[in-house]
Amino acid sequence: METVASFYETPEPARFTGIWSWLLTLDHKRIGLMYLFAILFWFLLAVLLGGVLRLELMFPGETILSPGLYNSAFTLHGVIMIFLFIIPALPAIFGNFFLPIHIGADDVYFPKLNLLSWYLYMAGGGIAIFSLFSDGFADTGWTFYVPFSISTNTNVSTTVFAAFVLGFSSMLTGLNFITTVHKMRDRAMGWLQIPLFTWSLYATAWVQLLATPIIAITLVLVMIERFFNVGLFDPARGGDPILYQHLFWMYSHPAVYIMILPGMGVISEIIPVFARKSIFGYKAIVGSSLAIAIAGSLVWAHHMYTSGMSDTAVFVFSLLTYVVAIPSAIKVFSWVATLYKGAIEMTPPLFFSLCFIYLFSVGGLTGLVLGAAGANIHVHDTHFVVAHFHFTMFGGTGFAFFAALHYWWPKMFGRMYDFKKAYIAAILVTGGFMFHYVPMFILGLQGMPRRYYDYLPQYANGNFFAGFGALFMILGIGLMVANLLVSLSRPRNAGPDPWGGVTLEWTIPSPPPVHNFVRPPEIMAYPYDFSGVTDRSAQRPKGE
Amino acid sequence: MPGQRDQTGKKLGMWLFLFTEIILFGALFVLYAVYFSWYPKDFILGAKELDLGFGVINTVILLISSFLVAASITAVQNDQRHIALAALAGAQVCGAVFLVNKYFEWGHKIEIGIYPGSERLLDGPAPQNLFFGLYYVVTGLHGIHIGIGMVLLAVSLVLVFCRRITAENDVVLDNCGLYWHLVDLIWIFIFPLFYLVV
Repeated sequence: METVASFYETPEPARFTGIWSWLLTLDHKRIGLMYLFAILFWFLLAVLLGGVLRLELMFPGETILSPGLYNSAFTLHGVIMIFLFIIPALPAIFGNFFLPIHIGADDVYFPKLNLLSWYLYMAGGGIAIFSLFSDGFADTGWTFYVPFSISTNTNVSTTVFAAFVLGFSSMLTGLNFITTVHKMRDRAMGWLQIPLFTWSLYATAWVQLLATPIIAITLVLVMIERFFNVGLFDPARGGDPILYQHLFWMYSHPAVYIMILPGMGVISEIIPVFARKSIFGYKAIVGSSLAIAIAGSLVWAHHMYTSGMSDTAVFVFSLLTYVVAIPSAIKVFSWVATLYKGAIEMTPPLFFSLCFIYLFSVGGLTGLVLGAAGANIHVHDTHFVVAHFHFTMFGGTGFAFFAALHYWWPKMFGRMYDFKKAYIAAILVTGGFMFHYVPMFILGLQGMPRRYYDYLPQYANGNFFAGFGALFMILGIGLMVANLLVSLSRPRNAGPDPWGGVTLEWTIPSPPPVHNFVRPPEIMAYPYDFSGVTDRSAQRPKGE
Repeated sequence: MPGQRDQTGKKLGMWLFLFTEIILFGALFVLYAVYFSWYPKDFILGAKELDLGFGVINTVILLISSFLVAASITAVQNDQRHIALAALAGAQVCGAVFLVNKYFEWGHKIEIGIYPGSERLLDGPAPQNLFFGLYYVVTGLHGIHIGIGMVLLAVSLVLVFCRRITAENDVVLDNCGLYWHLVDLIWIFIFPLFYLVV
């Protein structure tokens, strides 16, 4: 392949140089990288906060955090992880960088809107920080349930406003992606020739677009209540606090699919490449992405079985919750079937993907325990819930994020990282993860509630082990990020296609040139045709 | 590689954005629906307190403004720049009159002691507090949207004046018009729900 200047050397628009060529860039790849570093910062911060929380819980009684501070700390951990990490991580970083390339386009449809989304993201983060230093961060948990969120003295309004701004950023990204997929797709690429990561982003974008306004208005209502005391959710004045919960989860349950769908897309990209085998059930995976997006929007009240609902409602929501499990399981089966009889080549991205499949399956199956109305009453609001959603969100989306980092890092930076350290980090994170969250399942079944800074003596062992696991996990994450960052000082020798991938991003130089394609892309009849791919492991730079 | 951007994508983006606006108000209508089904009598009593005259006048004003915006788009497409400018200015005036009416309507309500947290609402029957709470929140949010719409129409007006919006390139005006129609449409739902439920 001929050598061309990468997007690092070619600012877009060309009149800006230095720092302005980044801050005012309209290039989707630069915006993706700016998201990458901002999101990594927030992620690491929230990981450390989580570590502090578990350190407090390692021993009974008050050790390092006061009860009030503990409440603020878990709220901050939740708000950062949800709104500043998991929701934007895959779409905003990898979606921005690779969605246009996947469909043979030179950018997203609205590049300026894309930059605006980044600024809204940064502003949301800034407002969250600001609220830390004025009257204290909210202590409501990331759910901001009324009436507490209206009556507490901490700075809920500012925190809520931060989430509102971040919601706008996410919504505009979704709007941009839908328009891009419809209008910028290469003319030769039909709907069933789109790579699965882009398909999953497309399904996600619809959820982002249609669900986010609900949280926006709900958060606005919390602010209005705090400023004007209208009493729309105040039972003493005719209102119903449970309606708030409905409105909140009408967004926030679809939001968990905003978080997981792109992760599933990443895994669907990685597995076939390293199995050297066409993905099993391409159409089934596309269909299940859409099915998850639709059915996932109809299950919100399964968070509220104990809040007060009619038995009919509980039955319907429980049933719908089970329905969502079907498309998720279809994906898991498709990935496993892809591996079956494949020519598997182990690499760090595949290793993370395999961990994903395992951890996500555990998370998904325990979700059914929670979705069953009867079992839910027993474990509602216990550590079982905490373990479940960390298995899906961290074991799922988090690991998909790690896998995506390791898969696309050579494409984004043109440099290969050290495999050995990546494996050690992956084993540390996964091992620590199991040590960390499995005890929480047991604690939850024994009845330990979530969101308490202290506990009864019988829960001491489990909490001690969990804290221990957290330490390994944090070490592993640190090693992983350090290993990736160290690779940046190496020469750009990754080559255009170090893995043997066949989607369009592997046909262009690494890092890509500013307009992505040097010559018009050749669209394959089927996006996962590996018949022309040979073994890459011999000529791949080892990153040593 | 050249991009394949065309004007239709900008319209698609605008329609997607309008969906989000509908859902934003949709959540408030959900609140209204639930509370109305619980307390229909109190909502009817509340609606009787509202001034139907203001509501009717504002509805007519918004309908006229929507016509003017639509007319301005047709005028631009037919290269009748002056008519387009006049129509946009007219729509602007309609928006302003709407807000002034709203100001007097709210002012009157506040004068007779109906506003969030007022003694009359705190001591009166609880459901009426909900009705007027929703009234202020919904019409307030709608008023803000009228304000945003007026800014968009003002921008379009300037662009038509500078000949940046022309028959060949009218997508900005088209999109601003779509936004204005949506804001009107939402009022068409607000009006019967609050003024005509009696």
